[in-house]
Amino acid sequence: MAVCIAVIAKENYPLYIRSTPTENKLKFHYMVHTSLDVVDEKISAMGKALVDQRELYLGLLYPTEDYKVYLSGQGVCQGGPTVARCTLGSDNLKPLRRKKKEMFRKLHNSYTDVMCNPFYNPGDRIQSSRAFDNMVTSMMIQVC
Amino acid sequence: MEGLTLSDAEQKYYSDLFSYCDIESTKKVVVNGRVLELFRAAQLPNDVVLQIMELCGATRLGYFGRSQFYIALKLVAVAQSGFPLRVESINTVKDLPLPRFVASKNEQESRHAASYSSDSENQGSYSGVIPPPPGRGQVKKGSVSHDTVQPRTSADAQEPASPVVSPQQSPPTSPHTWRKHSRHPSGGNSERPLAGPGPFWSPFGEAQSGSSAGDAVWSGHSPPPPQENWDQTTVRTVASATTAIEIRRQSSSYDDPWKITDEQRQYYVNQFKTIQPDLNGFIPGSAAKEFFTKSKLPILELSHIWELSDFDKDGALTLDEFCAAFHLVVARKNGYDLPEKLPESLMPKLIDLEDSADVGDQPGEVGYSGSPAEAPPSKSPSMPSLNQTWPELNQSSEDTAIVHPVPIRMTPSKIHMQEMELKRTGSDHTNPTSPLLVKPSDLSEENKINSSVKFASGNTVADGYSSSDSFTSDPEQIGSNVTRQRSHSGTSPDNTAPPPPPPRPQPSHSRSSSLDMNRTFTVTTGQQQAGVVAHPPAVPPRPQPSQAPGPAVHRPVDADGLITHTSTSPQQIPEQPNFADFSQFEVFAASNVNEEQDDEAEKHPEVLPAEKASDPASSLRVAKTDSKTEEKTAASAPANVSKGTTPLAPPPKPVRRRLKSEDELRPEVDEHTQKTGVLAAVLASQPSIPRSVGKDKKAIQASIRRNKETNTVLARLNSELQQQLKDVLEERISLEVQLEQLRPFSHL
Repeated sequence: MAVCIAVIAKENYPLYIRSTPTENKLKFHYMVHTSLDVVDEKISAMGKALVDQRELYLGLLYPTEDYKVYLSGQGVCQGGPTVARCTLGSDNLKPLRRKKKEMFRKLHNSYTDVMCNPFYNPGDRIQSSRAFDNMVTSMMIQVC
Repeated sequence: MEGLTLSDAEQKYYSDLFSYCDIESTKKVVVNGRVLELFRAAQLPNDVVLQIMELCGATRLGYFGRSQFYIALKLVAVAQSGFPLRVESINTVKDLPLPRFVASKNEQESRHAASYSSDSENQGSYSGVIPPPPGRGQVKKGSVSHDTVQPRTSADAQEPASPVVSPQQSPPTSPHTWRKHSRHPSGGNSERPLAGPGPFWSPFGEAQSGSSAGDAVWSGHSPPPPQENWDQTTVRTVASATTAIEIRRQSSSYDDPWKITDEQRQYYVNQFKTIQPDLNGFIPGSAAKEFFTKSKLPILELSHIWELSDFDKDGALTLDEFCAAFHLVVARKNGYDLPEKLPESLMPKLIDLEDSADVGDQPGEVGYSGSPAEAPPSKSPSMPSLNQTWPELNQSSEDTAIVHPVPIRMTPSKIHMQEMELKRTGSDHTNPTSPLLVKPSDLSEENKINSSVKFASGNTVADGYSSSDSFTSDPEQIGSNVTRQRSHSGTSPDNTAPPPPPPRPQPSHSRSSSLDMNRTFTVTTGQQQAGVVAHPPAVPPRPQPSQAPGPAVHRPVDADGLITHTSTSPQQIPEQPNFADFSQFEVFAASNVNEEQDDEAEKHPEVLPAEKASDPASSLRVAKTDSKTEEKTAASAPANVSKGTTPLAPPPKPVRRRLKSEDELRPEVDEHTQKTGVLAAVLASQPSIPRSVGKDKKAIQASIRRNKETNTVLARLNSELQQQLKDVLEERISLEVQLEQLRPFSHL
């Protein structure tokens, strides 16, 4: 149900971004970028106490309605280099919050797996990890 | 037929194929069967194959002579390249790639095709990946091999992409260099593969090139004796260690390309020691990165290898993981494509339950992606030694024994496995799987495990295993095992197991396991059958899993009903003959009864949960452990009383009758005891029956559901009580405040 999944590095460039080919990629990229602002805003509001991932799951960032796409961006921020992962969910299937959380958890786990790989330099684009790709694909094709 | 001009590569390839098909060694005529097989492997449509055969003249002649065979092969290549099949096309199509055959047997050919078509010098160096050491005059080859590597790897090593461009390096040079190299190692013979990582890698490169050259010679001309000599001598030296590993790996990979041979393993272990002296310790990621970077593989691939081999995703490599990673690196350097999933034989040995998925995958995949190793078997009947090594190597894998895809996935770390081991009833890891394999009840076991996985939380895995273990390992103590398993599984704090045992006999009958029936028959008259008949009632929960309360309700009831059924022998005696005669009938009766029971169960969901909530543990436990379920039946009697009145009776009837028939049983005490004995016997025999396991699973599921309901009820209770507590506290606070307000006045 995710239409677009992106992993953004602290420096606000995407480490990984993928969207379903049907839609306008550029539009998604733009949305992801703008949602970063919302993420920053929320983080600053929450303060520094929250390092736990559960609390770092920001939930619905910003709903927009465009055409038939109900965009929900959810960000998860890590301590340290802030990485925001945003997914844009699509429309009619109003995803359960729980499912979304699970999705993000999976995403986060895959991300940590990639990080664990000593051959991965932080700050590189995540292009080498097939497991990560597969996971993202599974999330994107989930409820097509 | 018009003259057929073949290039050198084609000539060699075709002659090899001819000899492959020429199993009768006539050197002239090729067996039709083999040829057809070959053509099938070419993955061409049937009519094309027929056309080819006709064109080459085989249909006319009735057999495949050498020329026909060659023509046919050429036509196959033509067809595979998409050109129309015509006799003229044989000679007119320029730069035709070699025909590709993709059946398992013919992968050698395909490998050879690719290898032949590739740089002629790279024949056999299916990979050509390895950058040759500078001083060998093969620098160009190295660069070409790099080029060929990329398209090869991407195209599954089947496309002779750039290969045709092969530099005109004369094949003779490689054999020469190889021979030099081989002579060299035979003299060296001293270094153990304990060299540090640095020096290791350059000889690694050397060895690789040597091996590739060697392979070229071997595949091209296949002088077996030198090959074997080289094979054996190279084992001794560092430079040759990797080549030996390669050859060994090739030879061993006929059935499993990813198997690690003993020598390889030893080598890997030694390398591990150089980084981490403690074999049970970890290699940190940074050290591993440094080590594997020396292999000069691209970072992308190293990253992928890491992903595959770091099984527990902890950023460090255990010995097993390291060996797997090393093996993958070696494979990659030799041109094998990296698999998508870790091959079964490379999995860390701790996890022996989750590799079945990879079994079928890997051999086919790797073989397809280019296992030059497979060339030897077919290509070299003159290399019996290599062939002979395969069976031994295959047997060394213990993982192949596990076929059963156990659905449970847990962190594959030693700690967890140890925990699981502790939880098991003293059996080692393979026990659950071997019994699973042995018993036809694999599926039910799996399902049971599945269900327990689904239902249970937390220690589900262990529970599933322990449950399966208990089921398969000890039939006699099924009851106790089930109770134990229940206690293991976090789902049922109270050993609500009584229901399961009773149902078991039922399935056995439906399966017409004559053993049970005979036993039941021989032991006593009708009581056993009564008991058995009683079992059918227990089956019901399954057909209607959605009715959580229903089946859950049933379980205790069933247990009761079971016993009561046995006790209500009078009623069931008349059925027994039928039951005895027609197991089918019994099944139907059982299902009917089950349905009835289900209906009745539905009527009293509220009763039973309440009852259960009040008296779950004690009643169930009692019922479970022994046949004296009087208490239980008494407890459930009220609930059951209102139930239906079928002869095969849902629990109520049996319960009531049981109470009543207790007296009746006085004269039939022997029956009663027999019943219990039968029950025990039946229970004992249960495990041996596949269906019984399914029953157990159902029983477990039902008990799990029941427990969950109990949990929810209790949770609700808890929340209510909490609420009350809060209210009370508030009141107390308010009262205290009032008191405080009043007191000062009093103090005044």
